[in-house]
Amino acid sequence: MSTAQDRQENKLAIANFAVAIAAFGIGALMAMMQALSRADFDIPLRSPKVYYVSVTAHGVLMGLVFTTFFIMGLGLVIVRSVLKEDIAPRLGWASFWIALFGTLMTTVAILSGTSTVLYTFYPPLQAHPTFYIGATLLVVGSWLWCVIMLDAARRWRRDQPGTPLPLPLHGMIATVIVWLLATSGLAIESLGMLIPWSLGWVDTIDPVLARTYMWWFGHPLTYFWLLPAYVIWYTILPRVAGGRLFSESLTRMVFMLFVLFSTPVGLHHQFTDPGIPASWKLAHTFSTYVILFPSLVTAFTVIASLEVAGRMRGARGLFDWLLKLPWRDPFFASVALAMLTFAVGGFGGAINAAYAMNTMVHNTAWIMGHFHLTVGTAVALTFMGATYWLLPRLTGRELMFRRLALSQPYLWFVGMVLFGMTNHLTGVLGMPRRVYSAAYEGAPQAQAWQSWTHLSAIGGIILFASSLAFLIVVIATFTLGRRGERQPIRYALPLAAPMTERGLWDRFLIFSIIAVALIAIGYYPPISHLLELERFGSLPFKPF
Amino acid sequence: MSASHVNVYEKIWIALAAVMIACFLGALSVAAGLHAVHPPSHVETIDPVLVRTDSPYATPEVIYHPDGLTEVIARVEMFRFLPAVIRVPVGRPVRFRMTSPDVIHGFQVVGTNANVMVIPGYVSDFTTTFPNAGEYLILCNEYCGLSHHQMQAKLIVEPTSEGELP
Repeated sequence: MSTAQDRQENKLAIANFAVAIAAFGIGALMAMMQALSRADFDIPLRSPKVYYVSVTAHGVLMGLVFTTFFIMGLGLVIVRSVLKEDIAPRLGWASFWIALFGTLMTTVAILSGTSTVLYTFYPPLQAHPTFYIGATLLVVGSWLWCVIMLDAARRWRRDQPGTPLPLPLHGMIATVIVWLLATSGLAIESLGMLIPWSLGWVDTIDPVLARTYMWWFGHPLTYFWLLPAYVIWYTILPRVAGGRLFSESLTRMVFMLFVLFSTPVGLHHQFTDPGIPASWKLAHTFSTYVILFPSLVTAFTVIASLEVAGRMRGARGLFDWLLKLPWRDPFFASVALAMLTFAVGGFGGAINAAYAMNTMVHNTAWIMGHFHLTVGTAVALTFMGATYWLLPRLTGRELMFRRLALSQPYLWFVGMVLFGMTNHLTGVLGMPRRVYSAAYEGAPQAQAWQSWTHLSAIGGIILFASSLAFLIVVIATFTLGRRGERQPIRYALPLAAPMTERGLWDRFLIFSIIAVALIAIGYYPPISHLLELERFGSLPFKPF
Repeated sequence: MSASHVNVYEKIWIALAAVMIACFLGALSVAAGLHAVHPPSHVETIDPVLVRTDSPYATPEVIYHPDGLTEVIARVEMFRFLPAVIRVPVGRPVRFRMTSPDVIHGFQVVGTNANVMVIPGYVSDFTTTFPNAGEYLILCNEYCGLSHHQMQAKLIVEPTSEGELP
């Protein structure tokens, strides 16, 4: 491993993080404008056109660009740190440029106002072809990254036959498989339906079929976001906290359960859709609850690992280990607050999956509140914290404005409590999501939620302040940070001796095959049922 | 604690998690199996091009059947609900049948469990009862274009004496 190679590898990971963080910055600005608009504050440039363009941009930039590029960067860092060798740098750069080109294509399409279809892009709303083609290229770029990750696993197996993958790589390989399973649905929708239709090669499209493929992708997408956060919680957090990973074998099981069950659950996003029999919605409800299980196990293992840390730092009592933890470390504070938020958000998810209760909150602000606690905090705040941890290790520069960095996760937490809780509340009152204004001409029902939207807007402003703090720290560190000794990337050791032999939960190939079979069982009947109907396609509409 | 040996507290936690999930699924199964609690899942297709001209939805209306059932034939389109004012009796079954001639919309009666997707090419059909009289806000909860937030209508649930139809 030469220093030149070392720098080269870091550059690629840093390039991925840079795109992720730039997307985050733009998305954050859009977000504050939306929170103010929904509360009916007349801010400059406010118009329905600008609002819906910004919702589309926020969803795509945060949900697809920030997350995907960050995860790709994290994966490359992990491969580099566990294999101690250079992996296909050319393929890595090809992946980066293709994904970036696609991202720019889609972003231009959105900002031009010709593709205001939101990040769910439900047809027959029709975007400009470059919106779909760009998004597809982003995914194609990520697939090349998947090849690098799988090749890394292959190299490990080749060089250390019989030993399990190091835990961080185990988690990232699970992420890669979930992503490949998820994006297969998106590829069918995009290549088979959306792109030909947007280019005018076919006249009509079936909106229910498109939604079904969309959610085949859309729900495991959330685990593609979550699993890298789990990798950080399991393998980096205990070390930063000064402790050990409580149970390695259960950690391996948790990741594999996500490989198995993350995909055949998507119909729970289509509970109130016509055209899909209730029996299949119920089947997907069952698998949705099964996927709750690995997250419950995670709650125990991660908290137990933190208790171990507190005790290794000298705690004796029942709860004083909590106070011994490094709450003044920006990484630790970010991840701990992210996990706390996830506990609430996760239970919200269990409510959403129960379809009688779902009827009360479907498409309301509740759902928006839910995923801002989960992806918007559990994942995003973890990634922000991880950035504070990674930057000095990747660039050799010391973190700048440490106090600002420390205040940032607490600001985010306060902002998200206000924003998330008010949106859960107004959702229960019936306020819909994604509206330019929630005033409804002064209808009494709307008046009940109007004052809460002001609180939500305050939350939005605090979240924006937190985002600015994050951007300032990152940019200052990257450009002005004092060069010091580059700290090594090290992962938490398990409490017991590390596992040395491959076990049941290390068999990715077998579990991937079972996962494909479960997807076939979960999706073949409802999709073939749809295809057998006498269906009438929809012509395109562009009401934006 | 050895590597392959799972800690006893962890075992208890896993068992509790499994029991909790089993309870959730049990409750859902009982509701679905014994009480027929299902989400709206009607399967019926329609040509969206003909919805405005040659379908029951060309003339949206509320039909009061002699057996006490109220049937609402609604057209949900950019950016309005037709009929714009729907009157139904309190405490009696109301069957909604609706479709869209253009893009996807949401039909939500605020403060009730009436909440369904309206998708072009498909007919949404569900029956519910409104136990409380009053004026309700109907709104679209799926983004459908630049005037999405202005798409609203009124549901008036009228008190009726026993045996009398509105």
